[in-house]
Amino acid sequence: MASIEAKTGPMTHSRLPRRGLSRHARLALVWLALAAVPFVVPNAYWISLANLALINLVLIASLNLLMGYGGQISLAHAGFFGLGAYASGILNVRYGLPPWAGLPAAAVVAGLGALLIGIPALRLRGHYLAMATLGWNAILVVFFTQLVGLTGGPNGLLGVAPFSIFGHALDTEAKAFPLAWAVAFLVMLAISNLLASRIGRSIRAVATNELGAQSLGIDSFRTKLAVFVLSAGMAGIAGSLYVHINQYASPETFGIAPSIMLLVMVAIGGAGTFYGPMLGALIYTAVPQILLDYEDAELMLFGLGLLVVLILFPRGLAGIPAALAGLVRRRRA
Amino acid sequence: MNTPRSTGDLLEVEGLTCRFAGVTAVDDLSFRVKAGEIKAVIGPNGAGKSTLFNMIAGVTRPTDGAIKFDGARIDRLPTHARARRGIARTFQNLQIFCEMSVLENVMVGRHLRGRATTLSALLHIPSVGAEERAMEATAMALLERFGLAAKAGLPAGSLAFGQMKVLELARALACEPRLLLLDEPAAGLPHAEADKMAETIRDLNRDGMTVLLVEHNMRMVMSLSHDILVLNNGRRIAEGTAEEVRRHPEVLSAYLGEEAVDA
Ligand SMILES: Nc1ncnc2c1ncn2[C@@H]1O[C@H](COP(=O)(O)OP(=O)(O)OP(=O)(O)O)[C@@H](O)[C@H]1O
Ligand SMILES: [Mg+2]
Repeated sequence: MASIEAKTGPMTHSRLPRRGLSRHARLALVWLALAAVPFVVPNAYWISLANLALINLVLIASLNLLMGYGGQISLAHAGFFGLGAYASGILNVRYGLPPWAGLPAAAVVAGLGALLIGIPALRLRGHYLAMATLGWNAILVVFFTQLVGLTGGPNGLLGVAPFSIFGHALDTEAKAFPLAWAVAFLVMLAISNLLASRIGRSIRAVATNELGAQSLGIDSFRTKLAVFVLSAGMAGIAGSLYVHINQYASPETFGIAPSIMLLVMVAIGGAGTFYGPMLGALIYTAVPQILLDYEDAELMLFGLGLLVVLILFPRGLAGIPAALAGLVRRRRA
Repeated sequence: MNTPRSTGDLLEVEGLTCRFAGVTAVDDLSFRVKAGEIKAVIGPNGAGKSTLFNMIAGVTRPTDGAIKFDGARIDRLPTHARARRGIARTFQNLQIFCEMSVLENVMVGRHLRGRATTLSALLHIPSVGAEERAMEATAMALLERFGLAAKAGLPAGSLAFGQMKVLELARALACEPRLLLLDEPAAGLPHAEADKMAETIRDLNRDGMTVLLVEHNMRMVMSLSHDILVLNNGRRIAEGTAEEVRRHPEVLSAYLGEEAVDA
């Protein structure tokens, strides 16, 4: 049968008009601006916060890929973060491997951790992934805490080496910043690339209407599994960054509470918006600093913030411009 | 006039049965669809037409029986694998991607024609960009053909009902299927739009598309179909040309109090 292209002829005229910068240019501009951070903040403590924010960005952006675009809920994202951190840290501390080898290993281990729980959970129809991952994160914390010989247990994994470039250790906050900055950029670039392809479209199609997607030849199980594993792999990368920049890791960082927090940050930033996770990461990093003395109030405050944002702006903070534009249009009409 | 272009059975259904708790929706049904023909399946509400479609498309698992597409059994394959073999469909209650743009909806229909893998997409190797542009151009051409080009950038959920029906058809065609299953394509459409839909289906068939059509609009069924299968309570009560079916006593009685079978 003749192809559609042949039947309808050339269509050079029918491209949609594009507005403004290309997605790559926009991302590059944002990252150039971020490069100025170490030069404008008052001291190293602020740079350490910037590093943390970039790590949080990798976490929140990867969870947004799964949740905002893929329509799946994972309550084990901090657990995958931990798998990456411990994989990379243990390979370094116990087996003497350099952090550069730990970084890809962290992605693979976290991805495998997701594969293991994703295969049975995603086979079932409905939202079993949320419950399965909740249990999985609890189990992972038990491993992190109990495998003392490997993880250091409740006392944490000590003596983790920093990344180094040409024998030059990135052992200060200012030296580590370019690395966190570059890795976060690559992760954001990869997500942007994925979304702008048939794979990204199939991820969104499955999230929007699974039956419709299947009828067009999309294997919804494989699509969901792939995005889940990919998202966990990226959390693993964040884990490797974290453990070698902090040179330390302990179990409570990777528990269910941070997993819930990350979900909240995806929603506050704007689930399914590309730059929303940057706002989420900013808030996730900043608020605990402001509330240093009121740690218990944190979860409540985040919960309250989530309610307010979702009621006023269902598409999150990143959805505010569109919401305001809609309001103005309605006023004029 | 109404003669299909080629012979040979594209779809063969043998002894197909589907029982839900208490109801036998489709009961030991056998029929064939020849390549190049428009075959209609009609019958009163609840006759089992959508269930039949869902079994052919792989959404509902038959209790018994066999389905062959192009000579090979497909009744054990999942939905997406049947689409890959060349079966595309529209739905009685629309299944569009509401939050995605009209253009993207049709581009999803091009999925099977793409080559990008997760890895090549993450890295955005040059062929991925080229594939995207080609998919977009093809999808845009389809939208132009169906008069939806002006809406390309809008969320599909914002379209009028009739436009959504057309969009779903365009999306199914983007797969370049060999068999098109249309479940009530004219339902809910005003007269003029229903006529236009009929014209579109006729044009597609002229270009070689094999169509299996479920429709309550008798005018459309009678004027389009080469062959009509009449179901009642999941069973075949008649099969033949419009002329033959129209005069069949069982058909008349099944439709008594439903709607007149006249063109
Ligand atoms: N998932 C299901 N579970 C139980 N019964 C079902 C299910 N789907 C359909 N049925 C029943 O099977 C029978 C056939 O339904 P089906 O939807 O196939 O009819 P139809 O011919 O498409 O009707 P309509 O013209 O109204 O679309 C009906 O009695 C219906 O109630
Ligand atoms: Mg029906």
